[in-house]
Amino acid sequence: MSEGDIKERVRKIVVEHLGVDEEKVVDNASFIDDLGADSLDTVELVMAFEEEFGIEIPDDAAETIQTFGDAVNFIKGAV
Amino acid sequence: MFDLSGKAALVTGASGGIGGDIARTLHRAGAKVGLSGTRRDPLNALAEELGDGAYPLPCDLSDDDAIKQLPKDAADAMGSMDILVNNAGITRDGLMMRMSDEDWDAVLDVNLTAVMKLTRASLRGMMKARWGRIVNISSIVGATGNPGQVNYAAAKAGMVGMSKSLAQEVATRGITVNCVAPGFIETAMTEKLTDQQREAMLEQIPAGRMGAPDEIAAAVLYLASPEAGYVTGATLHVNGGMAML
Repeated sequence: MSEGDIKERVRKIVVEHLGVDEEKVVDNASFIDDLGADSLDTVELVMAFEEEFGIEIPDDAAETIQTFGDAVNFIKGAV
Repeated sequence: MFDLSGKAALVTGASGGIGGDIARTLHRAGAKVGLSGTRRDPLNALAEELGDGAYPLPCDLSDDDAIKQLPKDAADAMGSMDILVNNAGITRDGLMMRMSDEDWDAVLDVNLTAVMKLTRASLRGMMKARWGRIVNISSIVGATGNPGQVNYAAAKAGMVGMSKSLAQEVATRGITVNCVAPGFIETAMTEKLTDQQREAMLEQIPAGRMGAPDEIAAAVLYLASPEAGYVTGATLHVNGGMAML
């Protein structure tokens, strides 16, 4: 899976879940500070990533996923 | 009022007296109902009685994999799962001095831990739908205590604390979490009482009678309804005035 593929699929989940414009979902966009997520949203996003990519994201790793770029990087290393 | 058309509800312990009436009442209000329990025959009989929109979903709540599977089976059968009624419960009474670890564990496992696991497995769909109703059937003894029921009372009180915490976690998602706490209700569980026990009990109930299962079901219907959307983290006591909490 290329980084581009991963980005596209992660972006789609974020856009759908948070109802934000696609252009706002950039590498350094923070889910909470820039994209309006609350703590429950971040849990839901992590679970959606797990489902989409068939991976497991442990809680301590999930805590480090603050931005769109963090998510893509983690998933890149996990798939 | 209290119209559940288009909603789907899963009721655990639907083979029992209270659970059966909860299922009947939700079904009458227009909901599809998934009937869960360990005994297949009463579930099938109830499904037959209710007809369209009733689905027997046998499940052993002491089996972790079965618990995980149950919300999926319910959603497959009904198209969604919007309402969860955690009604299944067991008793293993005995004074604490003589209570075995097994009797403690069995009651806590089924009456509290399984409720957490089933609720956790059910939340996903409700979160996505931005609508959900979780109604947990607690008990008066969770609030007042009862000699001989340290395990049961602990589990039922634990259920209230769990419900209040979860209610705060998911309130922004249109999901409410409430408890109904029955007092003494005419069921197989209370039929085991001796006449003497029964009389002593009635003396403590201002209403002077035991409750009926459909009086519990009516409370569940209210909390499951769209009209109760602003009620969350609450415990509705239905006990004939036996304890005014």
